[in-house]
Parts: sequence; C-alpha cells; structure tokens
Amino acid sequence: MIKASHTITRRSLLKTSAAGAAFGAVGLPLTYRPARAAATTVGFIYVGPKDDYGYNQAHAEGAAAVKGLSGLTVVEEENVPETVDVQKTMESMINLDGASLVFPTSFGYFDPHMLAMAKKFPNVQFRHCGGLWDKSKHPANTGSYFGYIGMGQYLNGIVAGHASKSKKIGFVAAKPIPQVLMNINSFLLGARAVDPTIVCQVIFTGEWSLAVKEAEATNALVDGGVDVVTCHVDGPKVVVQTAAGRGAYVCGYHANQSPLAPDKYLTGAEWNWATVYTGFAKKMLAGEPLDNFVRGGIAEGFVKMSPLGPAVGEAARKQFDAALAEMKTGGFAAIKGPLKSNKGDQVVAAGQALPETAIELESMNYLVEGVQG
Amino acid sequence: MTAASTTSAPALAAPPTGGTLETLARRAESLVIPLGALLVGLGLFSLFLLALGKSPAQFIELMWRGGFGSWFSIQNTLLRAAPLLLAALCVVLPARLGLVVIGGEGAIVLGGVAAAAAGHWVAGLPPVAVIVAMALAAMAIGGLWIGAIGALRHYRAVNETISSLLMAYIAIALMNHLVEGPLRDPASLNKPSTIPLTAAGRLGAVPGTDVHWGIVVGVVACLACWLLIEKTRWGFAARVAGGNVRAAQIQGLAVGPLIIGFCALAGALAGLAGMIEVAAVHGNANASLAAGYGYTGILVAFLARQSPLGVIPVSLLLGGIAAAGGLVQRRMGLPDATILVLQGMLFILVLLSDTLYGRFKIFNPDRWGRAP
Repeated sequence: MIKASHTITRRSLLKTSAAGAAFGAVGLPLTYRPARAAATTVGFIYVGPKDDYGYNQAHAEGAAAVKGLSGLTVVEEENVPETVDVQKTMESMINLDGASLVFPTSFGYFDPHMLAMAKKFPNVQFRHCGGLWDKSKHPANTGSYFGYIGMGQYLNGIVAGHASKSKKIGFVAAKPIPQVLMNINSFLLGARAVDPTIVCQVIFTGEWSLAVKEAEATNALVDGGVDVVTCHVDGPKVVVQTAAGRGAYVCGYHANQSPLAPDKYLTGAEWNWATVYTGFAKKMLAGEPLDNFVRGGIAEGFVKMSPLGPAVGEAARKQFDAALAEMKTGGFAAIKGPLKSNKGDQVVAAGQALPETAIELESMNYLVEGVQG
Repeated sequence: MTAASTTSAPALAAPPTGGTLETLARRAESLVIPLGALLVGLGLFSLFLLALGKSPAQFIELMWRGGFGSWFSIQNTLLRAAPLLLAALCVVLPARLGLVVIGGEGAIVLGGVAAAAAGHWVAGLPPVAVIVAMALAAMAIGGLWIGAIGALRHYRAVNETISSLLMAYIAIALMNHLVEGPLRDPASLNKPSTIPLTAAGRLGAVPGTDVHWGIVVGVVACLACWLLIEKTRWGFAARVAGGNVRAAQIQGLAVGPLIIGFCALAGALAGLAGMIEVAAVHGNANASLAAGYGYTGILVAFLARQSPLGVIPVSLLLGGIAAAGGLVQRRMGLPDATILVLQGMLFILVLLSDTLYGRFKIFNPDRWGRAP
C-alpha cells in the first residue's frame, strides 16, 4: 500500500487516525471531481513564515478564508525553500495528506518544481502565484493567478504625495525585476499626481528577505531627507518599524502593517488572496473545472487598500477615494505617455496609455523620470 | 528497493579480531556517546513539546513516518541528504588539519553558476562530456575559492573561519551579479536565472527511484575522503599537522601544500554539490542555489565529529528530520522553527558529549582491572 505511492491515492483517514491505523489507510482513486466533499484537501506552501506581516502572511490569510468552507481541509507548510524541498513538500501533501489542489505560493516554485510535480501527478490540480502560465508550454492541470498590485502602490503614492513635506519619498526594493519596477514607478506616479516635483529615492537590497539591509536602506533613505517610505520586500515589518521609529510616514505592502506603526501608517497595498482562493475552492467543491490563468486587480477584489491611517488629511482622502473609484470602474492607466525613463529615454509615447492589464508591463525594465537610484 | 539500506554506518561496526571484547569496547565509545546525546536531546525536546501542550509520542511517530517509514519517505530523506554529504565534507577535510572552514555555501553557489555557464557553452558535446565539463568547472571554482582561504591562512595567518564566512557573502553577491547581469537569460523576467541547460546537461534519477545521482556521488565522496584521511600518507600527514603544526614542520612535512590542497579539495567537493543542484534539480543557476546547504553542512560535520564516514548517517538523520518537518508542521500545527529547536538541541548536546570521551571506564579496557 505504502510502496504503491506512485499511484495517486486519497488517504483521508490518515488525517484523523492515530499512529498504527494510518498504514491501513483506504486509497480511493483520485478523480478530479471529488466523490465526497469531506475528503477534499487543499495544500498551501509558503517560502517564509506565515506571520511575516508580508508576502506569506497575505497568502496565509487567504488560506484562512478557505478553512471556513465546509467540506474542505486545508494543510499548510511554511519556510519551504525553492529547491527539491518544495517538490517533496507537494508530493508529501499529495501522498500523505491526499491533497487534490495545491497552491505553491512563491514565484520560484513554478519552474522547474511545480511543473515537475504536475507531470508526475496529472490528476492533481496545481495553481501558482505569479507564474506566466502558457497553454502551449505548461500542463493542463497547472495554472497561475496574480494581482495587479501596482495600482495599490499608485494609491500609496497619492497618500504619500500629500503627506510628504520634503517632497522626497523613498522605496526599499528587493530586486530590479519587472514586478518591483512597476511598483516603484506606480508609487512615484501616484505621488506626482499630487505634486509633479516629488522625487522618489529607491534602494535595492538584492534579496527578498534580508532584515539587516532593509533596516540600513530605510535609515539611509530617512538620512537623505525622505519622509514617506514604502517597500517591496517579502516582509515589510523591518522597513515599517525602522521608518516609523525615525519619524517618517510609511505606506504598507503585501499585508496590513498598521499594528506595527499605528500613528505613522498612512495606508498600504494589500493582497486579498481570500477572493482568489475561495473562488478556486468553491469551484473544486462544486466539481467544476478550475481556470488556468487568473488575473485581477482592485476592481476584481484581488488587491485591497489598508484603511487610511489617522495622519491622512482630508485632501489626501478625497484624491485617494476618487482614484480608487476610477480604478473600480476599470480602464485606469497609471503608466501613460508621454513618459520618460530616469535615463532620459522615451518609454511610453504621447497618447499611449497602458492599463494594468497591458502585456508590455510584464517586461518593464525602466524606472520613470523622478526615480533616483 | 534496498538502495537506501546499504549506506548506513559501515565503518562503525568493528571487524571481530583478536581481543574482540576490548576492540568492541573501544569502538563502542564513539557510537554510544553520540547516540546517547541524541536520545537525551530527544528527551529534552519532548519536555519542550509537553510545555507547548503537544504530544511527544505523536511527534516521534510523525518523524518516523515522514522521514523513514515508507519508500516515499526514504526517498524524500535521501534527496534531502544528498547535498549535505558534499557540503559536510567541505568542513570535515579542513577540520582534519585543525581548520574551521564554515564558508562552504560560497563554493556551492559559485560551483552552481560555473556549472550552468559551462553547460551552456559546451551544450553541443555528447551528454557525458557536458556533465564532466560542468563538474570540472564547478570543482575548479569551488577549489579556488576555498583553496584561497587555505592560502590566506598559511601565508598570511588570516583566520580561516572568519575569511571563509566573509567570502561566502562575497560569493553569494557575485552569484547574484552574474545571474542578474552577464549570465542572465533575457526570458527570465521575474526570477533572474541563467539560460536553461539542455537535456545533455541534466542529471537524472537513480533507476527505480526518484533520487538523483547526487546521493551516490556524495556517498562515494565520503568513502573516498575516508580512504584519503585514514589510508594514505597525505591523510596521515594531515592528521599529524592537524594535531600539532610545529611538530609536523619539524618532521619535514610540507604543511603549506597540505593546507591549501585539503582546502581546495574541500572546496571542489562543495562546488560539485552546487553543480549537482543545478544539473539535477534546478536546470539553471539562480538565487535559489543559496539554500543554506553549506551552513547545514557545518552542523552535519560537527555532529559527525569530523569523520567522513560519520557524515553519511548524520546526513541521513538530518535529511530525515527535514523530510518529516513538513508533516510535523501540517499535522501538529507547529511552526517550522520547531525543527530548528530540535536541531539546535541535538547540536549542543552532541558538542557537549565530546567532553565525555575517555571518562567511562567501560570503554577503556586498560582500566578494567584497576580500582577506580
């Protein structure tokens, strides 16, 4: 029975049974449409700790929403590196927990790890956060979901633009990849919608999670005259606490960090993965096929904003609400021409507007004029 | 399906020769003391679990099931042990010369990058040639990296522990630079990586298993290092120098080449670990190479008391703990840090148990007859 683990079996009994009984678990052939809803297990895998006030916490909050659905069991594993470890975690969730839907939530889990497991377990569904799923290249039991959080950074920028007195705002960034560049540019463009003279200083730490460098970068920004800070690193906790401790305002990212700095927290761009995960889980329970390529932004409820903090004034609140309303009706474009990069090249022609769904934004390789660093 | 069972602790059982009881008693010391330390560690950890309101019995049962209790779990353990074998040897070899080198991580990540680059440049050659070229490139850069630490130590008296750790940071920064810059595959947008290897540059699984060839390479390397240290004149010279450098120099031993050579070999093995990660797991080089194997290797080497053969069972033990860690998280609702607590307790107790050697009369036949 145990040796036959190559054939996919559901061992719902394992969950509840004590030691010895486990090895006698009943194996049902795993069909995509669950025979009994009570047996459906969904697995979530995180690259860092579930309570990091950031990327992983946002996913864990989404998973917590799925736990509320009846007939579903949720299994979670945190701190799983993007190595063979994650392949074995997926396999273990499938073999030992009977998971029939797995969400590997870190970008680096996609290729080769999730793709390898998807080939090995064609009857299990895999949905990945952020990967560029391609029907012609990737297995049919895989897919990806992601949110247009750049618009959240644009809204952050509006509030930051009103709060900044030095007209200099700051961004602690992990790596110069398209997603991060989009967030930096959106943050500055949001602020420039308030005052076109505002500049944004950015510091790249080089790693997704490197607390010491994040603290150094935040201090360096504040030393350089920056008075509103946001970031794109896995866990914004260090940036938020350091900036607030130095007296600067902060805009959050990934999850709600207002408990860390209640007075200095303006707002934050948060993931709302509960929408995505409960959507998938309900389809799974109903026996419907799952979508392979899922994208959404503020309008679709994939991204949300932290409640505005006490330091946000009336003018900021008005402009914030207006922009938010425009985004909810759809078609809003933060990146529109004429737009120059900070090297002086024209990157978007006059008259051209790129809404959040524009495919060009997926390969962004520039910082806009006004971003320093 | 016996591939897993052939590797465990072959050297620890003594051959029955003359004076069997005495030989057994002497050999038993190095087996009983660490095992005792592990048991005490497990006992302390059980108290820790009880304090958290969790069941130690369930924990042990899950550890067994997740790490060793089924063919799937055994393969899981072997896969996780594979990189630890070579990473630990990178600590063990210099340790025999009395050097504490803790920067194997640097050689691993650079080995991985060198292998990915080499694999891309010679992609047209036959598969065997591609693999050999990748391995050589990885071993060369790893050997240079740790060899340089040995040279700094010997010629400039730079503390090798500090320099190896600092050089690991440099290596990781260098890897990030290469992967995000000159060697980046333009198609790798949000996860900068080198250009993917072709099929010729990939290492597959050992037939009949999911476990890649890294485990075989690692075990062979452990055996070879044991032969080198215990059965060759270089190994003997290294042990003498490790015991007392001045004495070795007075004996006319070339200590410099020994130190640099052992460090270079250690680095070459760590580089090879990086090459295996690239060829067997990732298919390209990227930041995921810095997964901390080099640092776990330090733990393995110290738990194995710097014995190349001891590295094998200790790697399997830590691989099994890692393999079961996920199951423990999922079933018991414990955070991942729980496993780190366990590893830390075991590590400290094994280090403490070092002070017990020679204190028990039962392991010392010379003292059997005498009054205490």
